[in-house]
Amino acid sequence: MAGRFNVGDTVSVRRAFPPGHVRTPYFIRGRQGVVQEVVGDFANPEELAYGRDGLPAQTLYRIQFRQADVWPDYEGAAGDTAMVDLYDNWLEPAAGDSR
Amino acid sequence: MSDFARRHHDMGGLDAGPVQTSEHDYAFWEKKIDAIRRLLADDKRRMFTVDELRRGIEELGAKAYDEMSYYERWAASTSNILIEKGVISIDELGRRMAEVEARLKAEAEAS
Repeated sequence: MAGRFNVGDTVSVRRAFPPGHVRTPYFIRGRQGVVQEVVGDFANPEELAYGRDGLPAQTLYRIQFRQADVWPDYEGAAGDTAMVDLYDNWLEPAAGDSR
Repeated sequence: MSDFARRHHDMGGLDAGPVQTSEHDYAFWEKKIDAIRRLLADDKRRMFTVDELRRGIEELGAKAYDEMSYYERWAASTSNILIEKGVISIDELGRRMAEVEARLKAEAEAS
């Protein structure tokens, strides 16, 4: 599966709380970040975790978030960022994006 | 959103105290657990994946997750998954654990 996003795209992480094995950390759900790198296509760990083949593969992205956007009480420098690896199925085009 | 939205292992951002940065050596049994996992997952056996190991650790329950050491969690998850897949039976594992426990106890008393 070809990934839907490119480097520089602003994306939103889906705000979803399903049970089961999920690689999208709780703290990043619902946040908005920018694609820094398209890492590649990998078998879906949400499926691999239950002994299935994980296909179709999911594109994995390295996404940069502003720390101040992630933590409401963040006290570090304004330019601080956090990098999180996230799969395509957890992302949506950011609201206001031209897509 | 219910209190159950965040799963117990998903701790990013919670206060967890200082990070231990010192190097530490592994006990022999910990190396064995690691070796067993690698052998079960190798190209010949493909009995389970590291993703399944992680899923099994996440399903241990909050108390076990907090109180077990890193490789104890690996051992518990590996056992559960091998039982699920029918590679070993509960009966077989229970008897073998009792056997090993008795042997270790006898060895300790003899020394």
